Amino acid sequence: MTSTFTTLATAVAAEAEHGGGQAAVEATGVFSLTWLLIAFPLLGAAVLLLGGRRTDKVGHLIGCGASIASFVMGVVLFAAMLGEGATERAFTVQLWEYFNAGGYQVDVSLLLDQLSMAFVLLITGVGSLIHVYSIGYMEHDERRRRFFGYLNLFVAAMLLLVLASDYLIMFIGWEGVGLASYLLIGFWQHKPSAAVAAKKAFVVNRVGDMGMVLAISSMLAVFGSSAFEVVFASADGASTGWVTAIGLFLLLGACGKSAQFPLQSWLLDAMEGPTPVSALIHAATMVTAGVYLIVRSAAIYDLAPDARTAVVVVGAITLLMGAIIGCAKDDIKKALAGSTMSQIGYMTLAAGLGPAGYAFAIFHLLTHGFFKANLFLGAGSVMHGMHDEVSMRRYGGLRIMMPVTFVTFAMGYLAIIGIPPFAGYFSKDKIIEAAFADNWIVGICTLLGAGITAFYMTRLMLMTFFGNRRWQQSEPPHESPSVMTVPLIILAVLSVVGGFGLLYLGADIVDWLAPVTGEEHHDLPMPLALLITITLVTVLAGVAVAWATYGRRTVRADVPAGNALTVAARNDLYGDAFNEAVFMRPGQYLTRSLVYIENRGVDGAVVGTATAVGGLSTRLRRWQTGFVRSYAVTMLGGVGVVVLAMLLVRLP
Amino acid sequence: MSPTPYLVLSVILFSIGAAGVLTRRNALVAFMCVELMLNAGNLAFVTFARMHGNLDGQMVAFFVMVVAAAEVVVGLAIIVTIFRTRRSASVDDASLLKL
Amino acid sequence: MTFPWLTTLIALPALGALLTALVPSGRGTLAKQVAIGAALVTLVVGALISLQYLFDIDMGVEAETYEWIPEFGASWALDVDGISLALIALTVLATPIVALAMWREAEDETRDPKAFFALLLSVEALTLTAFASRDLLLFYIVFEAMLIPLYFMIGMYGGPQRRYAAVKFLLYNLVGGLLMLAAVIGLYVQSVDAGAPSFFVPDLVALDIDTDTQRWLFLGFMIAFAIKAPLWPFHTWLPDAAAEATPSNAAFLSGVVDKVGTYGMIALVLPLFPDASREFAPAIVVLAVVSIIYGALLAIGQTDMKRLIGYTSISHFGFIVLGIFALTGEAASGATLYMVNHGLSTIALFVIVGFMIARRGSRQVGDFGGVQKPAPKLAGVFLFAGLSGLALPPLSTFLSEFLVISGTFLRYRPAAIVATLGIVLAALYILWLYQRTMTGPVRPDVEGMADLRTREAVVVAPLFALILLVGFFPKPLVDVIDEAVEPTIVEVDVERPEPLAPVAEPVEEGTGR
Repeated sequence: MTSTFTTLATAVAAEAEHGGGQAAVEATGVFSLTWLLIAFPLLGAAVLLLGGRRTDKVGHLIGCGASIASFVMGVVLFAAMLGEGATERAFTVQLWEYFNAGGYQVDVSLLLDQLSMAFVLLITGVGSLIHVYSIGYMEHDERRRRFFGYLNLFVAAMLLLVLASDYLIMFIGWEGVGLASYLLIGFWQHKPSAAVAAKKAFVVNRVGDMGMVLAISSMLAVFGSSAFEVVFASADGASTGWVTAIGLFLLLGACGKSAQFPLQSWLLDAMEGPTPVSALIHAATMVTAGVYLIVRSAAIYDLAPDARTAVVVVGAITLLMGAIIGCAKDDIKKALAGSTMSQIGYMTLAAGLGPAGYAFAIFHLLTHGFFKANLFLGAGSVMHGMHDEVSMRRYGGLRIMMPVTFVTFAMGYLAIIGIPPFAGYFSKDKIIEAAFADNWIVGICTLLGAGITAFYMTRLMLMTFFGNRRWQQSEPPHESPSVMTVPLIILAVLSVVGGFGLLYLGADIVDWLAPVTGEEHHDLPMPLALLITITLVTVLAGVAVAWATYGRRTVRADVPAGNALTVAARNDLYGDAFNEAVFMRPGQYLTRSLVYIENRGVDGAVVGTATAVGGLSTRLRRWQTGFVRSYAVTMLGGVGVVVLAMLLVRLP
Repeated sequence: MSPTPYLVLSVILFSIGAAGVLTRRNALVAFMCVELMLNAGNLAFVTFARMHGNLDGQMVAFFVMVVAAAEVVVGLAIIVTIFRTRRSASVDDASLLKL
Repeated sequence: MTFPWLTTLIALPALGALLTALVPSGRGTLAKQVAIGAALVTLVVGALISLQYLFDIDMGVEAETYEWIPEFGASWALDVDGISLALIALTVLATPIVALAMWREAEDETRDPKAFFALLLSVEALTLTAFASRDLLLFYIVFEAMLIPLYFMIGMYGGPQRRYAAVKFLLYNLVGGLLMLAAVIGLYVQSVDAGAPSFFVPDLVALDIDTDTQRWLFLGFMIAFAIKAPLWPFHTWLPDAAAEATPSNAAFLSGVVDKVGTYGMIALVLPLFPDASREFAPAIVVLAVVSIIYGALLAIGQTDMKRLIGYTSISHFGFIVLGIFALTGEAASGATLYMVNHGLSTIALFVIVGFMIARRGSRQVGDFGGVQKPAPKLAGVFLFAGLSGLALPPLSTFLSEFLVISGTFLRYRPAAIVATLGIVLAALYILWLYQRTMTGPVRPDVEGMADLRTREAVVVAPLFALILLVGFFPKPLVDVIDEAVEPTIVEVDVERPEPLAPVAEPVEEGTGR
């Protein structure tokens, strides 16, 4: 089998022109141990979930240990990868042959290249920090062991997602993270809202999965395989129609996982889960899987401009939608969730710009992973101190009581709104540049998004940490323990230096990714300095408006009525209402009427036939009177008929 | 030898028997009428056997007699039992054998 | 003459049934032990047979033919290929598990539990014969004969409406059987006309039957199998039977016995009537897709847990039939794999729901709520079984469902696209069921509900282990199935949809086409 794969690799090496023509080689040395990345957290999950109560006491330590071991492995691999030539950094690890049915062959094999490396470090790094943070956050939960088991399961599945070298294997990781997300959103199962939110997330994701399944099916139909190498190498030979179809199917999958319009509705409800989950899964890693999918499928999208346009449109709509929703939410986690939607909209949009944007999408994804995890964990720290109160209208003036949380949160805040030199500035600015280079309308959308982001984040900041104290509890809010603040500090540092570091320290992220994603530069329609200035002015304007509304005036503890847009945004821009009116209600009606038809119609026909036969025999049995002499008459008559018939037959 | 008189006699006997089975309510009488019909059949069999000059008809007649004897045994037993339980030998009273 | 493995495989459960029936009344536990013992011995023999096919270890298993009615060309002919092997493995595996799961089910009845176990073993023997038989008359006889023990199992031990369900089950299947009998005789007449009267399936496959006759014979067989499998609109006996039979009985019925229907489609209908199959395939694909969606929607609308699972089975059988009649190697292999995986996951679902019903004394979804609090392990295994029911990767069901969809996509694109809706609906009915029964505030009447017991854990553990094992390492099983399916698809002689944009030549070699 190994030799087969080598043949495959060499064959494709000659073909591969996409993404800078980097061909994956079979891993040797430390790279052949890539599978350990997945094995550690998977083992952790198995031990924690099957171990039962015996592992209750050390559960959190096993969980953290597994995640950190994976991170260390990731760093080792990264170091080894740095030692290789710039375009010789893709390695495949063949694990076992999955199946071969009807000529369709799939191998369980991993692909470690620059793109997956970036994700590995993000997932295991941020993941480990959040594991550590969860020790404190979940301290009083009696099911903490299980929580860590699920987190480990998530890390393993997410790593499989980014390391797989075949779309079908990737889909396994894709569903695995969906399962972990389901289990963690619904972690507090006794709350009906959590259970409903978990189910909703899973079902909406399944709609996206339809896209994935159809995309892989199309690949099978077009290329006879779903392995990355085969698909990318032969994408050129496929018709534009097929490539566009595959691109759109993949986009549907991406929309589901990344909560992009029109499958965005689950993400806000997903905030029912514990806050570390929101930070890890629903902000930093899992929800960005859609972006990964699109960037990974660069070879497909390069050939399908129509599909790319669809990606850009979806990204632009979501980035504005998320930002508007974020402006109106009083629930701190939901405001951040709106923000996540919006930021992923940025990434999707960048990914839709093609080779000019792929690298920036990943760049923003990484910095967003830092600062959004930071913000969510900060929000978790606030909630921890506020006895799980989530409404910002009950916060206020918390900067005194929670200095560490405040400072780290402020770093994340400055990063997300894009103030130089914080991380978000570099990554978001690149996307805005690329958007303007591509198209004025798209550019203005991104610019507008930046302004709204500045507004809602400032609002969030002001309502939480500044202004009058609106909390009414007896004991004052307290700062979180150091097991929670240390991860916050580390993430805050990353939020500050992450952008600068990834761009200018050591390897430039764009060059790093170029062998995978390709590179392309468009000319800006205006001087770069002007665009940067405009962006900054927009951001500052957003901050100023927020200051005018929430900083100067006192924030009310009760919820004001608000104008039509505010009400709409509070209702998630009627996404749920739409789903309910268009899918759920008719669906319920349909199932009810089908149950009726089934019982009365389909089964009714069967039961009706049976009843008819029964009725007929009831009539017929009246003939059986029980009187011997009437039977005798019948017999005699019968004999007479037989004799008559015989005579008639004989006569002629 | 002409078989006609024998056959006519057989037909008459059979008709009497059939009419008796249909009209008489007394089980014993009906029973005797059944015997009459069987014997009418026997007469016809024997007649044809004689006419054709072989023994097939005779043989069948013996079979019929055996069957009739067996029938009498079972039938009389049933009639006696019914009479014991119902104090009646009328066939119309025993009409419960139905669905 | 080597050891008659296959005849032994069938004789063991038959003997076990006899022994169980002979245990004196009142020694219920002994009867159960005898039955489980017989099932386990059968499992061992079945496992040994599987070794030869799955891992190429020569056990000396080979085709067996003994004279039966030489005048008709009927014989006791047994053989195993990948398709039958997969289903035989499922049957021998499922029987001891189901027997253990039904340990207490016949307990509170006035009737002796031994009959229940003896009947189960007799159904196993008949089902195994159906899967191994290479003689059409033998197949037909066991196909009909297995209705009798099942009728008694449903009618004697089920819920309040059991008689209605049992009669409905029997009549429905008898109607199908009658049509099949006509077709079997028709086929035999064809062989007589050809000058070589035979019921031996390979002989019949070799016959050259004109398309018009094929159509009628096809319909005779297909309707029988569509009732058994069950395919919309011949399905309405299944929800009743599933709801009224005891949970383990329902598990065995829809998990194992009904596979005889889909087995008949792929192993008999396709090779016997290739022309008619090709002709009717689009119509059957439509019915299969309707089954998938209809079954799923109906499952969503149910309030009775067992009925709900019954309807999910209809949806899953839709997938299996879709895979068979998509007439591509991928889909047919996927469908065969699906038969096994659906067996595993449905048995798990039914028996776990049975555990819940045994505790609460009600089948209604509304009578449960918040069960995960008092019984977290029970909730956990229920969720696992549910996830395998909704085909979550990497559980074994995923691969089969995916292969069916993608294989169908090669030929019938709209059908495949509609069928993918099934994966959304599956998530909906399973997770909604889980949400309503397991999560939320604890209902007062489920408080203190006992968690998973040891016997129950022993029942589900092998099922889950297999679901995971086949999910991660499906290759040996898929290889065996693929090898057997391939000739069937070739027999039907449809053009294989080739990749539209094939890659460079070396890769073609590399993938071993």
